Order: sequence, then structure tokens, then C-alpha cells
Amino acid sequence: MPENWQRAGFGIYIHWPFCAAKCPYCDFNSHVVDSVDQSDWQTAFLSEIKRYGAELPGRVVSSVFFGGGTPSLMEPQLVGAILEAISAQWTLANDVEVTLEANPTSVEAGRFSGYRDAGVNRVSVGVQALNDTDLRALGRLHSMSEALSAIKLARDVFDRVSFDLIYARQHQSLSDWQDELHRALAMEPDHLSLYQLTIENGTAFGDRYARGLLKGLPDEDLGADLYFATQEICNAHGLPTYEVSNHAKTGQESRHNQIYWRSGDWIGIGPGAHGRITVDQQRISTETALMPSLWLESALTGIGESKRETLSAEEVFQEKMLMGLRLDEGVEVSATKDPRINHIKINELSDIGLVSLEHDRLRVTPDGRPVLNRILRDILTDG
Amino acid sequence: MTELSQIRNFSIVAHIDHGKSTLADRLIQSTGTVKDRDMQEQLLDSMDIERERGITIKANTVRIDYIANDGQAYVLNLIDTPGHVDFAYEVSRSMRAVEGSLLVVDATQGVEAQTLANVYQAIDADHEIVPVLNKIDLPAAEPERIAEQIEDVIGIDATDACLISAKTGIGIPDVLEAIVTRLPAPEGTRDAPLKAMLVDSWYDPYLGVVVMIRVMDGVIKKGDRIRMIATNAVYGIDKLAVLKPAMVDIAELGPGEIGVITASIKQVRDTKVGDTITHERKGTDDPLPGFAPSVPVVFCGLFPVDAADFEDLRTAIEKLSLNDASFSSEMETSAALGFGFRCGFLGLLHLEVIRDRLEREYDIELITTAPSVVYHIYMRDGTMTELHNPADMPDMTHVEHLEEPRIKATIMVPDEYLGDVLKLCQDRRGIQLDLTYAGSRAMAVYDLPLNEVVFDFYDRLKSVTKGYASFDYQMEGYRQDNLVKMSILVNDEPVDALSIMVHRDRAEQRGRAMCEKLKDLIPRHMFKIPIQAAIGGKVIARETLAALRKDVTAKCYGGDATRKRKLLDKQKAGKKKMRQFGKVEIPQSAFISALKMDS
Ligand SMILES: Nc1nc2c(ncn2[C@@H]2O[C@H](COP(=O)(O)OP(=O)(O)OP(=O)(O)O)[C@@H](O)[C@H]2O)c(=O)[nH]1
Ligand SMILES: C[S@@+](CC[C@H](N)C(=O)[O-])C[C@H]1O[C@@H](n2cnc3c(N)ncnc32)[C@H](O)[C@@H]1O
Ligand code: SF4
Ligand SMILES: [Mg+2]
Repeated sequence: MPENWQRAGFGIYIHWPFCAAKCPYCDFNSHVVDSVDQSDWQTAFLSEIKRYGAELPGRVVSSVFFGGGTPSLMEPQLVGAILEAISAQWTLANDVEVTLEANPTSVEAGRFSGYRDAGVNRVSVGVQALNDTDLRALGRLHSMSEALSAIKLARDVFDRVSFDLIYARQHQSLSDWQDELHRALAMEPDHLSLYQLTIENGTAFGDRYARGLLKGLPDEDLGADLYFATQEICNAHGLPTYEVSNHAKTGQESRHNQIYWRSGDWIGIGPGAHGRITVDQQRISTETALMPSLWLESALTGIGESKRETLSAEEVFQEKMLMGLRLDEGVEVSATKDPRINHIKINELSDIGLVSLEHDRLRVTPDGRPVLNRILRDILTDG
Repeated sequence: MTELSQIRNFSIVAHIDHGKSTLADRLIQSTGTVKDRDMQEQLLDSMDIERERGITIKANTVRIDYIANDGQAYVLNLIDTPGHVDFAYEVSRSMRAVEGSLLVVDATQGVEAQTLANVYQAIDADHEIVPVLNKIDLPAAEPERIAEQIEDVIGIDATDACLISAKTGIGIPDVLEAIVTRLPAPEGTRDAPLKAMLVDSWYDPYLGVVVMIRVMDGVIKKGDRIRMIATNAVYGIDKLAVLKPAMVDIAELGPGEIGVITASIKQVRDTKVGDTITHERKGTDDPLPGFAPSVPVVFCGLFPVDAADFEDLRTAIEKLSLNDASFSSEMETSAALGFGFRCGFLGLLHLEVIRDRLEREYDIELITTAPSVVYHIYMRDGTMTELHNPADMPDMTHVEHLEEPRIKATIMVPDEYLGDVLKLCQDRRGIQLDLTYAGSRAMAVYDLPLNEVVFDFYDRLKSVTKGYASFDYQMEGYRQDNLVKMSILVNDEPVDALSIMVHRDRAEQRGRAMCEKLKDLIPRHMFKIPIQAAIGGKVIARETLAALRKDVTAKCYGGDATRKRKLLDKQKAGKKKMRQFGKVEIPQSAFISALKMDS
């Protein structure tokens, strides 16, 4: 049986750490600055691509992902240069997926065809909400009508279009969300990422929440109801859940993200980007400096990595489970009695229909998915 | 040796935090006993836990040389005592070694419950009492009013009270003069057979057991062969010293003097506080009256969080008992918690102190079970047994009746909170014995069951009075009442460590409160969990903990793999803090928190 990293493909993640404004819920490595010298960044990205090319020769690239921050603030020329450099180092798969995260303001939509010409074939648009009041509450710079036209334009320009919505928002009722989701599906996307709003420490929402000022968030029961309703509606529209928060028509899943969930190999370039690469049978994790200026300097003057660690067999296994059980397809657990997982717990959980273990494949059922964290804790903490 | 007329022995007593230890600092410092550069605040509070909490736990003695205004040299033996009610025993035995007391009263607060308790003890010990009004540096100080209050409430003359600030040093010379001129010199006969009181003993890692003595008659010298009358043990004195506060060797101690000896004694338990020490030969046949021993009144189970730490816990408890004879321990097994110890304490603060020390000094994480008092069980066959642990309660069919310990509680409180205090006492099955007023303060005296007080009474009292009430108590013997054992069942299984003794009339209310509390304390599981309180086979309260419905991370991409893995490690550690009961995990903190009452 080939190793995960060989089966799951090889991806390249490029992090663009800048945004036009910081959203109050966001804990991504994103920064708001006056101006960015994109040619410096180009030099840094290209140098890193070259470095990895020398370290990992002969790979076939199955996916490139421009994430952020807001990559739709990058010049199409910069995106093109990066993609060119990548194809100079490695062979691109015939069906290579090249995704760019885009924010749907009109300015950014104006660059869509430029990105397509540079080689991008898939966009993931950060729509987040389908009404202006909530968009403002989320600190977004676009309006609903801008989002709708951006999607429309994207569908003309790119082969594949996905968009993101955040639900379980303040004061959002079950029927509000059902209605909103129906409107989203009416746009006939072939992929949707639907995230329940998470209150992250160190964000504006996190502070407000800690001070008791963030009102109208759903309790656990409503959160569960919202989640189940989401699964049901997407299933009925032919966009089944293939991962906890991701829904797609069959064949339209994000190949890039599947590399993460299937424990494939990817390199992470840019501030705060993580990577996992297999070298000489060893799985290595890489990290980079979080601060854009620090990363830029390190990449320009030498190596754009701040940390490199060889993962132990145990850590590799944990990641395989933590990431893999998010997927509907589950994970392969070789021997039925793998001592690293708690089989008593698996039996208990399978009796109440939260997991299934058949033909050496462990899966979390749709009923188990909303309590995945607990399932993972139960089966991995005293195995 | 010092002439009797040149000796003054006294204790410093007060309500908690009124400034005893700070006054001791100033007396030590102003007489040059300790050099300025070696001084620190509350110098005598040397244990970590004392310094951290800013309270005195152990009484401390210091010998001070003082040249008085009359030009003569005096030896002053000062004993700084703890203020907290749990350590009242330390105060009472200290008082037996001296002839006078400085009664410190915070001039911003006035007479409080332990002020009274201490005065009564001082009067019992025939002490001359010098009132000292402290903290007059504070703007809120009202020395005249407080002096009047002392006369009204306590009935001692306060016209000559010393007005001081122990913090800034105002009035300290007056205190020193008052000690010399107003406190009596000790009495005793140098030529009589040796008669010395064993006042205290503690374990010193370098010297072994150190015994503090007060010589009444005769003279004791290094190398003497001594006999302890009660234990009938004979020792040779290895070291004879006085505390300044560091040990300074001395050739001999005569009548009226206070000092310490070491004599190859193995553990503190081999010494009996209050015992009479005499010479092996030509000793006295007339021992001192002795003290009643301190008895543990609160019991709880201490279990290691990690079962593998049991042996370490055993060693740690043995070592701590070397130093603290007032706490007891015996092995205990619990179906729920495994192997541990049932330990007895002087009160809840004492319990906390011991638990803290075990956790910190010996690095053992502990589960503490609900504190319980000692019940007397009268069996149908006419025998009586003591019940230290509700889990050991025998079958009721064999029980004739039960008795519980009662206390006499004195509570001092400003008028405006009196109503809340009376209600609290009533809710806790209290019987009012007395209610008097002194100005705008009321003093309520209640007969209360100890079991209603032990757990969170003091916390509740502080919270309903915004911290303005003070509280003191004394044990008052046993009384029969309608007491039952209440068990808690989680997911239909009894959890022995959660069973408690409770008055039948209060059982429903307590049961309901405990089930509600547990419902909040136990995390949701994948299935719903019934939580019940029962007496015998009868369920008297019930709650249901709903099943977990949502716990999932919404976004998890490449950069999150490391973070998720670290989280898993944390969860593994967190799981250690849980106890497994069948399929249910109960956090260790639940064993104490479930008992806290909100009213
Ligand atoms: N302002 C002021 N504060 C004082 C004075 N005397 C003591 N304090 C403060 O009161 C607090 C309690 O003082 P301690 O000397 O520890 O009191 P204690 O009576 O020994 O307390 P326990 O041993 O716990 O009963 C400390 O914070 C002291 O700094 C004083 O004269 N003036
Ligand atoms: C890398 S982020 C942002 C991409 C892009 N900058 C944007 O804002 O549209 C990808 C997605 O994560 C989701 N997201 C970010 N923070 C979130 C939070 N606190 N809770 C739930 N979803 C969140 C949003 O839907 C967002 O589109
Ligand atoms: S949500 Fe997107 S646009 Fe908003 S701050 Fe985060 S990365 Fe930037
Ligand atoms: Mg003190």
C-alpha cells in the first residue's frame, strides 16, 4: 500500500498576509498595512519555491492554493510569476487545481480575469453572509449585491467556484439560516464552505465575548440544530457533506484541502504557513515566522522557515486521525486492534451510532460529526 | 540565669489581622534583637504558607533583651499567636506559659469575635491584660470609640490602653514600658526540683524534634537527664537554647525562663504538649495540670489524582505528621477514588493548609472529598462507635440513634447585616442563645451543629455581611438528632465519595442542591446521565444531564494540524483530572464543589 503522502497528492500553499481591514472574528495571520512592495514579496516567494524545488525534486504538483489574508489583493502579475516559478521547479499534474481566495468587493472582482490568465482555475469567494446588516456586523467591506455580482462574474471567468458563509451568527434564528442557505444554493454553486462562527481568543469578538458584550450567540442546542439543518438542506440539493464544514457536488471537492485531511505532503510558503513534507521516509513539519516583515526578511536573506521538526510515528498517527476523521470517507485503520486507539470506546460509540468501523475503515457518522472533538478525545486519549 | 524580677513573659493576642505579628516585628526591631538589615515584615511568620496568605498559623516565641526607663535590664519573652479560630489551641497553650497578654485591637475595626474569645482565655489563665489599640496611623482609626467599646463589651479598663501603629512604629516605646511596669514578673523557686512545662514541639530537619519549655521551678542545664512525666520517657539534653528568634545556646534556664531543648526525640508525637518535664533523679512528683489535647473535628478523604502517587502520598503524610501532631490520618479505600487517607483537622483552614503543603511541598495532586464531622453512632447492641466517614455508615436497622457535635458560635456583626446573619444561622439549624448590642454592632451567640458550619458557613457569613462579620466558636459536646446518610447516584451508580450525613429535614433541599450542582460540574457526555440523591433506597431528588450535542472545530486546515495535536495532549492531561465511574467521568473538583450551598 503506498504511503499517504504518495496517494494524497502534493500541494503548495502560498500565504498572502494582508487585508484591507481586519474582520472582528478573524484569527488568521492577516495584517492591515499602508502599502506593500509586491516586487519584494515576489523575490521572496520565488526564492522559497526554488529552495523547496531543490529539496523535493521530481514531485508532481496536484494543487496550488493562494490563501490569506486576502490574496485577491495580489497583483495578477505576482500570481502569474509564482505559478511560473512553480512549473519551472516541478511538473504540474494535468488536472492541477489552482485556487485563490477572493474577497467579493468590486475592486477585487476586477482582477478575476487577470488571475485566470495567470493560471488560476478555481476561486473561493468570502461571501460570509447574504444580508447587509450581518455583513456590517462581521466587519466586511462588501455589500450583498457586490457579493452576488462577484459570484456571477467568477462563474463566467473560472472553471470552478466555491464560496464561504459563516452561520450561527449573532441573533440568527434557525429559520433565518435555512432561508439564507436556500438562497445560497439557488446560485447553484458546486462547492460550499459553511462555517459556524467560532469566537477566537485574541480577536475583537473574543474580547467582546469575554466581557459579556457579544449578545445573541446560539447556545449548544441551537448550534446543533443549525448544524443538522445545514447537512439536510445541502444533501437535498446534491451537495453532500464531504468534510465537517464542506459540501460539494461529487468530484468538485477541494483537492487542495483534501491533501491536508488525507495527510498528504504540502509545502507552506509565506508568513505563518505550515508545511508537511516527507523526506527519506520521515515526515517533517515546517513553520515560518508569523510577522510579514520578519518572514520577508528571512526569505530574502536565506531560509524562509523558522522551525522544522521530524514528527514521531505517534504524532503522524495522531494527525492522520485528527485530520482524517473530519472527512466523510474516514480513515483506514490497518489492523483491527491498533493499540493506539481505544477499541472499547469505539464499540460504545458505534453502538450509539456515532462512529462506524467496517472493512478496516473508521468513519464518523453524520450524527457523530457535530461532536467530533469529543469522539477524537475519547478514542485517542487512552488508547 | 535571669532574676525573676527581671523577666516578663507575655503573649500577643488579637482577632485575625489586627496586627499581632507586625507588633512583634516592631518589638523585635526597636530592641535591636534583630539587625535592621535582617528584618522583614511579619518576620516570625516563616512558613511559606504563612507568608503567602499573610497569616500566622504557628505560635512563635522570641526572647528580647530590653533596658527599661528605670535603667534596668529585662528579659522579655514574647509569644506571637495565630488569630484564626482553627488555631485557637495554639493560643490557649501559649497563654499557659506566660503571665500576661497584650490584647491588640485594630482601632479601625474594634472588638471582633476572636478578640472576645482570646480575652476570655486570657482571663481564664489569670493574665494581666494590656489593651493595645493598633493602626492609629489610618485615617479611619477611632481609638477613643474603640477604647469605650473595649470597656463596654469586654469589661476591662482601657483608659491606659497603648495607642500605636505597629506599622509606623508610633507608640512602641510605651508598649515596652507597659510590659515592664504593668505585667507581673513570673514566680518560682530556684532550689526546688525541676518542673518545666512542655509548651510546644516541632520538627527541624537539622536538629530533629525541638521542644519548647517554660521553667516553673528548678534549673535545667545542657547534658541533664530529664523525664517527661506523662509519657515517662527519659532523655539526655543535647542542646539548650533560647530563640532570638534564631537559636542561641545558653548554659542554663531557671524559673520563669522560656527556651528550647533537643534530646534525640524521633517524632513530635513522642512529646505531649502540656506534659511536665523534670529531672530523671530527684524530680518532682507533682506534675502540672497539663492541657486537654487538641482533637481533630473535621475529617475528609485525601486521594492522589494519579493512583500511582499513593506511596508518595503516604510518605508525605508521615513527614508532615512529624511536624504537626494536631492532624490525624488513617488509610482509606473508596470504590470511587481508590486508595487514599482519611485525615482529621482542627478546622477547614487547617485542612486547606495541610492539603496545600502536601500538594506543593511534595508535588502530589490531590482529590479532597467532602469534609465531615465525627458522629457518634449508638448501636442497638448498646455500643457506641465514632463515624469519621459517611461511607462507613452502618445499616440503619442496627442503629439506635445518632449524635452530632454542636458548637457555641459567637458572631459579631454591624446592625445592618444582622437580619441576614440570623437567617443564615437559622437555615443552618442554629438555636439562638444570646443577642446583645454594643453601639451599632450586634453580638449573636448561637448553638449550631458543627456539620452545618464546617463546610461553607464562614464563606457564606462573609458574603452576606460583605466581610464585616467575625466569627468564633467552641465545641459544645454531642446531641442527638434525626440524621441520615444521603447517597448520590450518577448514572444509577452510587458514588461513595459523594455521600454525606444530613439532617432528615434538610435532606430534600440538600439533595436537590447537590444534584443541580453536579449537573453543572459534570461535563456533558455522549449520552444523558441521571443524577440522583437517595436515602436508603428512596430517591429524594433527581436531575438529568442532557447528552452532548455539539463540540466540533468548524475550520481545520493545514496550519491547524499542529494546534489540534497540542490540544489533544492537553485533553490527555485534563482527563487525568477526571475520575471514571462506570461510563461517566467526574472532574475531581466536583467532590468539593458539589457541597457548596448558595444559601
Ligand atoms: N496601616 C496599618 N496597617 C497595619 C498595622 N499593623 C498591621 N497592619 C497591617 O495589617 C495586616 C495584618 O497584620 P499582621 O501583623 O499579619 O496581623 P496578625 O494579627 O498577625 O494576623 P494573623 O496572624 O493572621 O491573625 C498586614 O497587612 C499589616 O501590614 C498598622 O499599625 N497600621
Ligand atoms: C482564510 S479565511 C478568509 C478568506 C478571505 N480573506 C475572506 O475573509 O473572505 C477563510 C474562511 O474562514 C472563515 N472564517 C474565518 N474566521 C472565522 C471564524 N472566526 N469563525 C468561522 N469562520 C471563520 C470565513 O468563512 C473565511 O472565508
Ligand atoms: S476574514 Fe479574511 S478579510 Fe477578514 S481579516 Fe480575516 S483574512 Fe482578512
Ligand atoms: Mg500574625
